[in-house]
This record gives sequence, C-alpha cells and structure tokens, in this order.
Amino acid sequence: MVRRYIEIYSIMLRNSLIREMSFKANFLLWMLVEVLWFCGQIVFFSIIFGNVDRLGDWTKWEVVLLVGTHQIISQLFQAFFFVNVANIPELVRTGKLDSVLVLPIDSQFAASTKQFGLDSIVNAVVGAVVVCVSLAHLGYVPGVSAVLLYLVAIGFGVTVHYSIMLGLAAVSFWVVRAQGLVYGYFNFLNIARYPDVIFPWLFRIIFGWIIPVVIVAKIPARLLIKSFGQSGWLIFHLVIAASIVFWLSRAFWQFALRRYSSASS
Amino acid sequence: MSASTTGKIDKYISVFNIGLQNTFVYRWNYFLRAVFGLIPLAGTVFLWSAVFKERGGGLHGYDYGSMIYYYLLALLVSNLVTPTEDEWQIAADIREGQINSLLTKPMSYLAYRFCIFWSSRLVYTAVTLPPIVFIFIYFRHYITPPVHTLTYFLTTLSILMSALIQFFITYSLAMMAFWLLEISTIIFIVYSFEYFLGGQMFPIDIMPVSIQAAMKWLPFYYELFCPIAIFLEHLKGADLLQALTIQSGWLFLTWAAARAMWRRGLGHYQAVGG
Repeated sequence: MVRRYIEIYSIMLRNSLIREMSFKANFLLWMLVEVLWFCGQIVFFSIIFGNVDRLGDWTKWEVVLLVGTHQIISQLFQAFFFVNVANIPELVRTGKLDSVLVLPIDSQFAASTKQFGLDSIVNAVVGAVVVCVSLAHLGYVPGVSAVLLYLVAIGFGVTVHYSIMLGLAAVSFWVVRAQGLVYGYFNFLNIARYPDVIFPWLFRIIFGWIIPVVIVAKIPARLLIKSFGQSGWLIFHLVIAASIVFWLSRAFWQFALRRYSSASS
Repeated sequence: MSASTTGKIDKYISVFNIGLQNTFVYRWNYFLRAVFGLIPLAGTVFLWSAVFKERGGGLHGYDYGSMIYYYLLALLVSNLVTPTEDEWQIAADIREGQINSLLTKPMSYLAYRFCIFWSSRLVYTAVTLPPIVFIFIYFRHYITPPVHTLTYFLTTLSILMSALIQFFITYSLAMMAFWLLEISTIIFIVYSFEYFLGGQMFPIDIMPVSIQAAMKWLPFYYELFCPIAIFLEHLKGADLLQALTIQSGWLFLTWAAARAMWRRGLGHYQAVGG
C-alpha cells in the first residue's frame, strides 16, 4: 500500500522536474521572488535590532535563525504542496476535480501532490545557510540530539503549514471564487516568524494550539539553540498541535467533499 | 452640454456599471481578504509593542501610538488605492483574445480599464470598510488628526496620484502578457519591492537618512508612503513640495509607460479565436 504511493509519487516527481526544466526562466524568476521576500524580512529585523538589543529573550542572531528556520519550513511546504493545494479552489470552480476524484488513490493525496517545485528546495537551502550563519555568529554548536530534534520538528512544521492551507482550500466548496483564501494562508503564516515572547497569552493559546502558526518555527528554533532543558515539552507541544490540526483539516476535507457536486456535468 | 458630450459620459458610466457588477461577484473574496489581513496587523502591533517596551522611548520620531496609527493609515490607504484583480484580468483579456471585441469599441482600452479600476476600488472599499472601521474604533486613542486644514487637501491630492500611479504600473506590467504566457513572476517581483520600499512593512522614515534619500526617487515611495507621511505631517515645507513634484513626475512617467506598452504590445499582437 505505502509502496504503491511511493511509486506513484516518484512518477509525479519526475514529471514535475521535466516540466520545470522546460521553463528555466520561470524557474529562476520564482527563485528571485522568494529571495527578495526573504531579504526583506532580514532587513526588517535588522532595522528593529538597530534600535533594540533584544526582544524578550531573543537576540538579533537568534531572530535571524528563527526567520531562517521559518524559511526552510515554508519553502519545503511550497516545494511539495503549495501549488497543488492553492489550485484546489480552481479545480472545484471548473469541475476539473472530477478527474482527481476518480483516481483509485486517496483523493487528498492525489489533490495535494501532483506538482513539485524545485525552486523552493533551492530557497529552503538558502534558509539553511542563513541558519548556519546565525549559529556561527552566536558561536554556538548544537549537539547531535538537538539537530535531530530540529529536523523532526521541521517536518511537523511543514505539516502545520499544509493543514492550514488545506483547511482554507476546502472552504472553496462553499465559496466559489475563493482566491482570497490563498492570501489567508500568507496572512496566517506571516506571524510565524516573529519571536513568541511578543504575543499576549490569549493569542499564544489560540495560535499555539488551535491554529498553531506561532509555534511552527519557534519550537524548532528553540529546540536547536535555546530549549533550556525543556526539549521534551517543546516537541510534545508541536507534535500534538500539528496532529490535531492535520486530522481536523483532513476531516474537514472529507466533509467538504461530500458536499461537492461537479460543475462540469 | 452638447449631445455628443453626454454620449461620451454615458459610455464611461456604463463601463463603470459593468465594473461594479463584475466586482460584486468577488465580494466574499474581498471580505475574507480584509478579515485575514487583520492577523498580520495584530502581529505587527505586538511586535512594535515589544520593541517600544524594550527601548523605553521614541524611535525616529515615532512612539508606540503613532507607530500603530501609521499602520492603520497604511491599511486604509492601501485598500483605497491598490488594484486587486486588475492585472490578472488584463492579462487574461490579452491571452484569451478578449481584447478583440474591445478594440472595435469607441473607447481606448486604457480608458475602459480605468473605469473598471474605479468601480472595483469603490466596491472593494465598501466591502472592506466594516473591518477597517472596527479596527480604527478599537485603536481610537492613537488617532491624532492633522493640525492644518490644508493637510487634508494635500493628502487627498497625493492619494489620488498614488492610485493613478499604482493603476498605470499595474496596467503596464499586465501588458507583458503580449509577450509572455505567464506574468505572475514579474508581478510578484514588483509587488515585493512595493511591499518593502513602499511603506507597507514599516514606515520609510525610520530607515537611515542616506537610504531614505535614495528611496525618495523611486516610484514605490509614492505608491503608499507619501500620502501617509503628508497626512501625519512628517513631510513639511520644501520636503512636501519636493515630494508632490516627484510624485507628479512619476504619475506622468507611468502614464506614458502604460500608453507605450499598449502600443508596442498591440504591434506584437496576433488575435486568436474567432
């Protein structure tokens, strides 16, 4: 069963790479777009840290590491899922979702994995470089277990991104012309790269447990450089919150599908 | 008024009406966008609150209240002036050959899009106003109206020019669809410059003076930041005059670019479809 999905995925992966390489200019331009946004973020925080030494317990290079970590997570999400999930409202509107639903595989898998973006992988590597540069500035060498936990946490961070985007896309079964929902994703994740200490407690509960965007990058970053002996609790929080949001979005997707009446027939 | 003049005005009013109806379809889309837009605003408010608490004093002429006020104004002005769907609609018109039928109409495509732009701004502003009013009421203690009455007039003038500059830039970019199949990368590249250099992300006047001096010559400064700085009375006297002059210059340049792009694009255009 799992093998079959891996096989299907590797075929789709190959097709995406072939397509991507036949539009090289587009590939390079998308990379440029992301690099510009990333640089803008870094400039913004440099301006802020030109005026203060720290925000709560976060120093300048710790925040840069946080922004870099968020870059890795969001770019991995964009590489594997973003284009596909962002396209769901359009599939619903035009009735093209039919051809996805009749496939003899899980509909959510089929709708989420068709295309793969290599440019985002390159940008995730840029994020990783920034994380390493920050570590060098901090003069900190994390232990093997911290690095392993960091990588696991990044995986769960991608899950959170994916679940929020899928939940938003599923709304399009009710609201046709729901391109605004894609902006919703960017707006939610906008706050993921800010240090956690700036948020009031109610905000931290809502966006730490129910729509867990605040912890997406913060927990991996803390696990890497400043877990203060709380690694167990941090990873537990992320795993539980990510699992809840994932299962909620999947249940919502299946509920929305039952409501789907094709536009094409 | 002669019959031909009324006829001309009627023509534009009917396009304006079509625009109103077309945009109205997107009302939920716009409303969701406005509501979701409040999340990053909350993030920004918390971030600056932490910065000012840590610093314990003002920052380049801003305190916590005036910083929040700046972002509220940025939200309001960008809702008023920023085109939302226009570039995608224009690109689709060109790609799918819709402009064929518009070419035969007694109205230039620029004028046609211009009417659509105003009507969509009107609908967008109306739909997004409730959340914005709510936010303004919530932060009412930070609102300080300008001292001089003239400021209102100059701000309105500058907002109008910002809207026109944004429209002409959007129009010129969308004209790239004559040559390229996919224009979204170009639109997003320009958008990222607008976001960071236009004052969406942070007020330009907290940047180092040398960088500010350079940014004053770029069009992005006049797409959003300039009218807000006028309203906050941060731009005064000779600086104000200089800003309005450069803004009019960019208005003229972007208008010329929009017309030139259309002419060159049309020369390159081969009508598809029947």
